[in-house]
Amino acid sequence: MTLRSHADDAVALPPRARARAASRLRVSRRTVVLVLYILFLLLPIYWMVNMSLKTNVEILSGLTLFPRDPTLQNYITIFTDPSWYSGYINSIKYVVLNTVISLTVALPAAYAFSRYRFLGDKHMFFWLLTNKMAPPAVFLLPFFQLYSTFGLFDTPLAVALAHCLFNVPLAVWILEGFMSGVPREIDETAYMDGYSFPRFFATIFVPLIRAGIGVTAFFCFMFSWVELLLARTLTAVEAKPIAATMTRTVSAAGMDWGLLAAAGVLTIIPGALVIWFVRNYIAKGFALGRV
Amino acid sequence: MTLRLDAITKTVGGAVHIDRVSLDLAPGSFNVLLGRTLAGKTTLLRLIAGLDRPTSGRILDDGRDVTGRGVAGRDVAMVYQQFINYPSFTVFENIASPLRRKGMDAVEIERRVKRTAAMLRIDGLLDRLPSQLSGGQQQRTAIARALVKEAGLLLLDEPLVNLDYKLREELREELRVLFAERRTVVVYATTEPAEALILGGNTGVLHEGRLLQFGPTLQVYGRPVDTDAGAIFSDPPMNFIDGILTDDGVALSDGTHLPLAAHERGLPAGPCRIGVRANHLGVVRRGDQSVAVPARVELAEISGSETFIHVVHNGVPLVAREEGIHTHPIGEIIPVYFDPARVFVFAPDGRLLAAPRSLPNRLKGVA
Repeated sequence: MTLRSHADDAVALPPRARARAASRLRVSRRTVVLVLYILFLLLPIYWMVNMSLKTNVEILSGLTLFPRDPTLQNYITIFTDPSWYSGYINSIKYVVLNTVISLTVALPAAYAFSRYRFLGDKHMFFWLLTNKMAPPAVFLLPFFQLYSTFGLFDTPLAVALAHCLFNVPLAVWILEGFMSGVPREIDETAYMDGYSFPRFFATIFVPLIRAGIGVTAFFCFMFSWVELLLARTLTAVEAKPIAATMTRTVSAAGMDWGLLAAAGVLTIIPGALVIWFVRNYIAKGFALGRV
Repeated sequence: MTLRLDAITKTVGGAVHIDRVSLDLAPGSFNVLLGRTLAGKTTLLRLIAGLDRPTSGRILDDGRDVTGRGVAGRDVAMVYQQFINYPSFTVFENIASPLRRKGMDAVEIERRVKRTAAMLRIDGLLDRLPSQLSGGQQQRTAIARALVKEAGLLLLDEPLVNLDYKLREELREELRVLFAERRTVVVYATTEPAEALILGGNTGVLHEGRLLQFGPTLQVYGRPVDTDAGAIFSDPPMNFIDGILTDDGVALSDGTHLPLAAHERGLPAGPCRIGVRANHLGVVRRGDQSVAVPARVELAEISGSETFIHVVHNGVPLVAREEGIHTHPIGEIIPVYFDPARVFVFAPDGRLLAAPRSLPNRLKGVA
């Protein structure tokens, strides 16, 4: 559509000049759209960063595009007050724990689904995904009851295990896609060459799917990091995650807007970092490794 | 290693993929497994390798039953149709990997890898990763890895099929030299009759899971047991025409009389099927023995030095091969010439009744 409208505008120009003009116009138009798009996307994030550097008084007094007197006080509070920073530590604890558990469990499972045919394999593979279809709230009560009985309540392990409910199936699906992209003949050649299964898996197979493992770890990390309901219900004091800390401080002494904004900024940083590492493979991950 | 297959059968979900195949492969022998796509070549190789387990039958290695033993317990190496290397290892490490697993010392590994790489002319590429190699070089690496461990059994599953024409020719010539003077049992699966003829050794003709024939390559080529074996071991497939065998010749269904050659004398009279390879069917009269039959031109395939003329004679499609370039308008009725001395005679059920006496003396290119 864009192309045709250029052609109409530039009928008087010789063909080469017309083409050049068209390409310049196309680039600039595309740039404008992209800039607008990114601006809209980044506006809320900018606003949060903006707020986190202001005092509460300034936030409530009116609209300012930049902090009038920038302050790091909000961040200092978070890094010095244990009730704040322990929230981050707890979150990171169960997220890392969950990622490790999910990968450890999903790697062999995905290998089995990718390489072997067994009774009901396809049904089981699909059933894994149905676990993601039920809302987590459904599982809340049994989890709460079970963890209380086993003394797991209010530990990072409780949340990590609960998050396996949706992270393990996802990890199996993504890894299976990546593994099926590796020809089965490589496995067979390795066995003929005298590799034992564990050695083959660790030295030949895992390096081949390392992008898949990275993407899987990213997805586990993200889902576990942003999940609030299970994380909040299965913890009380000892393992309280940052998201819960944020929601629970809202009404403590009115609204501490600046502090909340600073906490929010610190919450998106780990995600952004992880995305940076797997940026080239995320699309393939969203397609469950099947591209 | 002497390998014996004893009535190997493989069924998958009721469908028979390999049907009672029995074979004896001597140490140091070069065996070609010739068959069309889906004939069961790969399935049979996988059974021999121990990658899959046969439904019934036994596999004996020097008299020891190894039927149930997995691939790790067999003394076997395999080269696949796809170029299979370990992508994260360099060429050197790829070739060295079977030796490393055997626990050989580093000096000996280096010596053997270098020697094998030199044989396959990839010694300049040892530091590269497989992804930095061309297809031919990747396949050379895979072959080197299979050769270096000096396994008792070496299986090659259409190793040249994914290479371009020139490379295929080149590597095919080299393979013949590489496998000479080895104690290894080599089994080489291919769809191309020409490959079987060039590589020599023995040839087994596989058709729909059954081994039709096994023996020295030229013998199989010269005396295919039945029409299927004849069709598979000819490129383009052998031409067949039904006729009636009489005392002094073969009467074709359109009334043409084919006089008998020496090898056809004494056959019982009755219906028969004659087979002629494309290179013995021409559009140019070659001698006064030749018999002409009229046929309608369907297509003339020119491949530079020769032309394949597809014709229809009395409803039967035939392919004639002629040296040089021959153009014929489609639909034209032309005579095609048989040489009675070059004709195979088969029974109506497909069994071979008589084959031309002498073996073809110019092998290359005639398949």
